Amino acid sequence: MSGKYRFPSEEWIKAFKEELNRNKEYEEAAKDWEGDFLFVITPDEGLDREYCFYVDLYHGKCRDARVVASRDEVKTEFVYEGPYSNWKKLIRGEIDPIKGLLTRKFKLKGNMAKVMRYTKAAKLLVETASRVPTEFV
Amino acid sequence: MWYFISPKVVFGEDALDYLSEVKGKRALVVTDKVVRELAAERVAEKLREAGLDIEFYDEVEAEPSTSSVARGLEVARRLQPDLIVAVGGGSCIDTAKAIWALYENPELSIEDIAPLAELKLREKARLIAVPTTSGTGSEATWAAVITDPAEHRKMELAHHELVPDIAVVDPSLAKTMPPKLTAATGMDVLAHAIEAYVSQWANDFTDGLALKAIELVFRYLPRAYRSPDDMEAREKMHNAATIAGLAFSNSMIGVAHALAHSIGGLFKIPHGEAVGMCLPYTIEYDLPEAEDRLEQIAHHLRLSYTSRREAGLKLADEARRLLSEMGLPATLAERGVAESELEENMDKLVRLAMSSGGTTINPRIPSEEDYRKLFRYIYEGRRVDF
Repeated sequence: MSGKYRFPSEEWIKAFKEELNRNKEYEEAAKDWEGDFLFVITPDEGLDREYCFYVDLYHGKCRDARVVASRDEVKTEFVYEGPYSNWKKLIRGEIDPIKGLLTRKFKLKGNMAKVMRYTKAAKLLVETASRVPTEFV
Repeated sequence: MWYFISPKVVFGEDALDYLSEVKGKRALVVTDKVVRELAAERVAEKLREAGLDIEFYDEVEAEPSTSSVARGLEVARRLQPDLIVAVGGGSCIDTAKAIWALYENPELSIEDIAPLAELKLREKARLIAVPTTSGTGSEATWAAVITDPAEHRKMELAHHELVPDIAVVDPSLAKTMPPKLTAATGMDVLAHAIEAYVSQWANDFTDGLALKAIELVFRYLPRAYRSPDDMEAREKMHNAATIAGLAFSNSMIGVAHALAHSIGGLFKIPHGEAVGMCLPYTIEYDLPEAEDRLEQIAHHLRLSYTSRREAGLKLADEARRLLSEMGLPATLAERGVAESELEENMDKLVRLAMSSGGTTINPRIPSEEDYRKLFRYIYEGRRVDF
């Protein structure tokens, strides 16, 4: 074990949850946020199938984060979806999360206006993902 | 990957003549009652020469609200125009953008006009923007600011498709601006350009535009303020507003705008005045993260300094000097806001600023505590030292 978490995996999303719940800056920026996400990683660049993470964010904390078998297993307020290659860039900090949406590298389903009021929280969420020691498939 | 989006810009003396050649059948002219007399009738005359039927919606209010948009939308739905022509300052152009988006997308509500929305435009009408103030740059941007009166909140509507098709930038329309409006709108131009230049999203396509606009403001704004008939100064400032609009629309606004939208909405301070007041403090606040960019601006303006930090501080002082020269308030206290009023509203001010698009893309991203301090420093007029 290299001390890194494979992305995407149950271990990675659990490590992300722990990291996020340690992030005081995120906690402040998202203190009024209520809403759960489905993060969908569609296959490309060596990823053989679609992976989905369920992430429940509430008042600056992550209450639940886990792999779900398919996008139909849970119904969430938001779906954030993109190909594996773009997720890698996002986690490495090579794509700005908001620019990634504006340039359609990622798709967001849900109330856009609500998300746009929490852009700082979104940015910190992604920065937190970058802090998780990650190895890609 | 990123985009540079621009309308077709028709500029200079007699630019209005372009309107006598536009194609269309029915135009809705969105304006306010004062601008209708001063400029919109001239615009309508040109459109009639082009063979269009004209109807006015002249009920746009200053710092326009959702009800301004709703009334205009009713007119648009009845008239079914194939051209919407906004004539006025940012209020009129922003209102026209919102009317346009909702006219073309009846299933949407105003809050849905967000960057990621599926917005279809140009199926029913095109949008032409004719600015009569030299400030917001709205004629060149994909943003619109509309106030939600229930929450005293300035909604920052934005979508790439919202950029007008054509911007007609005729300096003769700006010459009737009274000095105070010239000053306030000019400070808005300066804020747009500086924030565009230091933005995290600044890029090769916007840098030159931002620097040029900054240079034009320092050179021509005092002249346009002192001598309203100085048409060279009027033309340069009118161009500067559109140039700065192109710059920030393709990079981003920053914390001065986040603060200004917040205090503007709650204390009813006109946008240009509010953002001009905030700008020197935000230049100082940005210094730790944007020293090099701010120094480049100072260098472009040929300010003298011995360190990058000093360059940034001198730039902030130059912005303060402009405010003072034009009699604009440099502090919230000077603007007549009571300290108790500030403190009573502090939580809401901070919340509004935190939710602004200007917060996240600023070179230094403020925490809530930073915003509290910034509001208090702006109230007192203290140089930012944190």
